[in-house]
Amino acid sequence: MLTIFVIAWLVAYNIIQPLANWIAYDLLSLPQGSHLGESLAFFFYDVPKILLLLSGMIFLISLLQTFIDTQKVRVMVEKRGEGIGNVMASLFGAITPFCSCSSVPLFIGFVQAGIPLGITFSFLITSPLMNEVAFVLLIGLFGWKVALLYLLSGITIGIISGLILGRMKLERFVEGFVYEIKPQSSGQVLEEKLTWKERVNRATESTREIVGKVWLFVIVGIGIGAFIHGFVPQDALTGIMGKGAWWSVPVSVILGIPLYSNAAGIIPIVSAMLSKGASLGTALAFMMSVVGLSLPEAVILKRVLKTPLLVIFFAVIAVSIILTGYMFNWVL
Amino acid sequence: MLIIKILGSGCANCKRVEQIAHKVVSEMGVEAEIIKVTEYPDIMAYNIMSTPGLVINEKVVSTGRIPTPAEVTTWVANALEIA
Repeated sequence: MLTIFVIAWLVAYNIIQPLANWIAYDLLSLPQGSHLGESLAFFFYDVPKILLLLSGMIFLISLLQTFIDTQKVRVMVEKRGEGIGNVMASLFGAITPFCSCSSVPLFIGFVQAGIPLGITFSFLITSPLMNEVAFVLLIGLFGWKVALLYLLSGITIGIISGLILGRMKLERFVEGFVYEIKPQSSGQVLEEKLTWKERVNRATESTREIVGKVWLFVIVGIGIGAFIHGFVPQDALTGIMGKGAWWSVPVSVILGIPLYSNAAGIIPIVSAMLSKGASLGTALAFMMSVVGLSLPEAVILKRVLKTPLLVIFFAVIAVSIILTGYMFNWVL
Repeated sequence: MLIIKILGSGCANCKRVEQIAHKVVSEMGVEAEIIKVTEYPDIMAYNIMSTPGLVINEKVVSTGRIPTPAEVTTWVANALEIA
């Protein structure tokens, strides 16, 4: 059963480029190089490509994630000091699936285990930034190198922000109840040994759920991207988002804070921006800001973090993103 | 009577789990009380690391995902056997 899917996937993935070109240029007889032709070829190629990539890779990633037991993660991180602890926490944050509703139980769980606040923050910062949808879309639209760069920067931002926040001794700004919760001593830990079949089923469910949530955003996002691709002049954005405009990085990050979109919606737009002259650092910084600093997340974290801490938390992340943006602009 | 608790602070996933719980309970014709636990101090008493969480008769059966109706049916059946 699985093999049939894999073969079908591979076949589909290889036909779409020629198919898209055929639809735009032969079927609809649009001239190559025309705005509409370019836009449509882009659209008909990228929509199925992204959807295929998404389903394929999310499935693989979800499969791998069935091997992660958050309880064990906590135990592993518990024993580490500052530095290594931050690195481990950040790495785990990158690979653990993240739903904002999980951030609070996780936070409380870590704190209860006696894990220092800074290390807990490393996890909490990298987790939303490194969501698998964003990663897959980056691969699909920008290639492996950019995706890995994004991954590395997310982890680095998590480690460094966590270290800084840890030094600031912010425990007094965590809501009191977090330190007072006593887990039921009889509360057994949910231990699951899964068979391969069960893992595949879970991964399929996860994939269905995730793709089900984002496919429309992907199509709309690519639609907008296709429009920009075909109709906006090549260098329209170089002035305001290119390397020369040094202020573009902080402005993009600040602009990204109130904006909230899931990764699926924003990446296609960012891709179109890039193709029109925005520099990679600025575009990635914008994306991280939109995905990582969001109002919904702030509202949820407010339950456990008092306002001063919440503000500092967001500020430190914002600054880290800005610095990362500059670094990429400088290095690439 | 079965006590089924849904641990979660109200996001879409948690609501889904609640729907599934109601559906399974009514399909099985079982007597059960379904309670939504939304306050973190109460949620964390179960020592879970991610929501949504599903608890049947004080036993945690699922965390961090939306279980399928088939799974929930099995758990309810198991709980009835033990009870």
